[in-house]
Amino acid sequence: MTHEIIMAGFGGQGIMLIGTLLTYAGMKEGKKVSWLPSYGPEMRGGTANCAVVVSDEEIASPVVTEPTSCIVMNGPSFAKFHKAVVPGGLLVLNSSLVKVDDHRRDIRVLKIPANEVAREIGSEKVANMVCLGALVEATSCVTLGSVIRSLKDVIHERHHDLLPMNEQALRKGASLARAGT
Amino acid sequence: MKAVYERPRVLKDVATHYCPGCTHGIAHRILAEVIDELGIQGNTVGVASVGCSVFAYNYIDVDFQQAAHGRAPAVATGIKRVVPDTIVFTYQGDGDLASIGAAEVLHAAVRGENITVIFINNAIYGMTGGQMAPTTLEGMRTTTTPLGRQPAIQGYPLRVSELLATVDGAAYIARCSLHNAANIAKAKASIKKAFETQIQKKGFSLVELLSSCPTNWGVPPLEALKWIEEKMIPVFPLGEFKVKEGDAR
Amino acid sequence: MKMSATNHSVNSGVKILAEVVLMKGNEAVAEAAIRAGCRYFFGYPITPQNEIPEYMARRLPEVGGVYVQAESEVAAINMVYGAGGAGGRVLISSSSPGISLMQEGISYLCGSEIPCVIVNMMRGGPGLGGIQPSQSDYFQATKGGGHGDYRLIVYGPSSIQEMVDIMFRAFAVAEKYRNPVMILGDGMLGQMMEPVSFPDETPPPDPRSKPWATTGNRGGKSRLLSSIILDPEGLDAHNWRLQEKYRRAEKEEVMWDMEKADDAEWFLVAYGTMARVCRAAMTMARSEGIKVGLIRPITLWPFPKQAFEAVLPRAKGFLCVEMSTGQMVEDVRLSVEGRAPVYFYGRTGGAVPVPKGVLKRIRDMVSGKTPSITDYYDRVAGGERK
Repeated sequence: MTHEIIMAGFGGQGIMLIGTLLTYAGMKEGKKVSWLPSYGPEMRGGTANCAVVVSDEEIASPVVTEPTSCIVMNGPSFAKFHKAVVPGGLLVLNSSLVKVDDHRRDIRVLKIPANEVAREIGSEKVANMVCLGALVEATSCVTLGSVIRSLKDVIHERHHDLLPMNEQALRKGASLARAGT
Repeated sequence: MKAVYERPRVLKDVATHYCPGCTHGIAHRILAEVIDELGIQGNTVGVASVGCSVFAYNYIDVDFQQAAHGRAPAVATGIKRVVPDTIVFTYQGDGDLASIGAAEVLHAAVRGENITVIFINNAIYGMTGGQMAPTTLEGMRTTTTPLGRQPAIQGYPLRVSELLATVDGAAYIARCSLHNAANIAKAKASIKKAFETQIQKKGFSLVELLSSCPTNWGVPPLEALKWIEEKMIPVFPLGEFKVKEGDAR
Repeated sequence: MKMSATNHSVNSGVKILAEVVLMKGNEAVAEAAIRAGCRYFFGYPITPQNEIPEYMARRLPEVGGVYVQAESEVAAINMVYGAGGAGGRVLISSSSPGISLMQEGISYLCGSEIPCVIVNMMRGGPGLGGIQPSQSDYFQATKGGGHGDYRLIVYGPSSIQEMVDIMFRAFAVAEKYRNPVMILGDGMLGQMMEPVSFPDETPPPDPRSKPWATTGNRGGKSRLLSSIILDPEGLDAHNWRLQEKYRRAEKEEVMWDMEKADDAEWFLVAYGTMARVCRAAMTMARSEGIKVGLIRPITLWPFPKQAFEAVLPRAKGFLCVEMSTGQMVEDVRLSVEGRAPVYFYGRTGGAVPVPKGVLKRIRDMVSGKTPSITDYYDRVAGGERK
């Protein structure tokens, strides 16, 4: 099984971090992984995205143009990527910032009010983790436990006081996915 | 019988390729005397540049690297960073140092690179046949300023020593002249001071030597020396522009 | 494999852990150089390779090495000349426009026979071009962007692990031939993260152990590193001596990889990240029953002509895929020498050929729809690009 995942949002929403976290968790599970970021001026406050591949087999191409699942955390990202998802794929949509009534019916769309959920947990900064928790739960590309265990290695030590909040956000995202929001 | 004058050990016993009356030979000799006197022949690396002195290694018997046009200070930087206990010097003309290599010499000084630069200023490109240099004087005829250098068209001569003296990383900057015996003695003293600056790890050092080019100036050797004194020194005043006192960095 | 005890953080604070680590290509290539005994790096910022100088600035002082940020790529490559000439194991990196500025220095390094390793994380050109991945510096790297009859030994790794492994070989080969070696990556390889493990560390060489290095003659014969030989006979002899060295490298250093070649009738030819895209396309084509193999040059110079000889008796066609308008394909044609059709598919400027696009060309090639390479260019002119 090969999961080809795109994560996208504003610069500053922590897109690269959840991409790295998922990649790292996959590696710890012994899976083949790759992480490919968008880079350049668009990183500076514009839209940021990264492609993560998690697979049981050797990864041929790290380039993802037709994702099997996708997280879009803002409007421009939805516009850019929602049509790219393969039929039968998954779109995790941050409904706090992406206001759409109309979307494709041939894919599963999980509308997660990530910013609101994150604010309740304690900081909007963990909205990215809410979305990742939902994606991991819905795709089983890795286990939620692997992701949680990877937090301390991927998040810099100076932010380790925030590990519990990040874990809570991941769990909340997963439970929302289970509930089929 | 006591020898009162002999060839410095570092200077090779070979015929010169320099033109009659050219002061490169004098510059080579006093540089060689300084290396002898400091006893650093076995621990010195020279960097030859592009210009008439491209074959400096044929005369000065130390390890040498030949650099691309203008890049000698960058090459010297690379050498010095690998073997910091080795004495490293460059020998560059005005076209090489002040034109195509202006960035390299400036930033070597900015970094306080602990190297010594011997800078030959004869106000003209020698090897390529007498074209205008950044140091060419106003009104001076060259093969590319046939009517004389006109500031409105070709700008003004560049004073490298004054410029580099403004840089914090420069530890010793001096301009000397090779037009007579007294000034040659002063020039040798300055070169020695520059090498000592490096030995004491104080930072970047440069000695500019006003030199003659009778061939490309189109004047006899003696007249060329007089021309340095009368025409060049008023534009390029002699002296020490920067002497960093105190301990090594 | 041994990892250092130092727990320095890499990208976004991912720690280096024992055994396999997750690292960005740029950082992995820098770490590999240090572990291969490199202690000198001269750099200048340019996207998409900035993590290499940044990593070196952080790491080299920890191991007693030196990082210098030069005033330009022109100065940087000449610092490499000085440092390599003084016996240091030296790395320099840049991306396409910066590598263009280094061409003068590269020619001098070859002329004076000074070893070093150069990394080019290619971006799109010409001119300032873009910052997205590209493979359009193949000509510059393999045919010489500088003046004179010289060669670089050029590697085109296709994964971060291979780039790390090649770094060790690159320094050894550079010093064996006293010649610069280039690792030709692209923005994708530099920016992506993959799990990677590092070979055992090689200690840095003592600069004074190299008999030709200019470190002060110590009372012996003075050494000279120079590329100026004004005597025509002398320069001619020097050039032919360099050629002998290059012929030896052609015999001893050529590397390539072949996949599914045993029963293949059609061959994809690609290097670097494009070889990965082709691998995916090959799998898709095979699931449709098309017998496709992959020839992946690892050394781009010397070019692995041998790989083509081996499969030519049964090859029905070759499809070369590049992130360029067609550069390596010329070497493919020179290797095939008209004995089988050679096709090309390329995108540029950061537009990346994807497996589906390659699959379409494979189908076209098999069904005879793909035009010859010359026709291909005609069609490009007619606007049929995708």
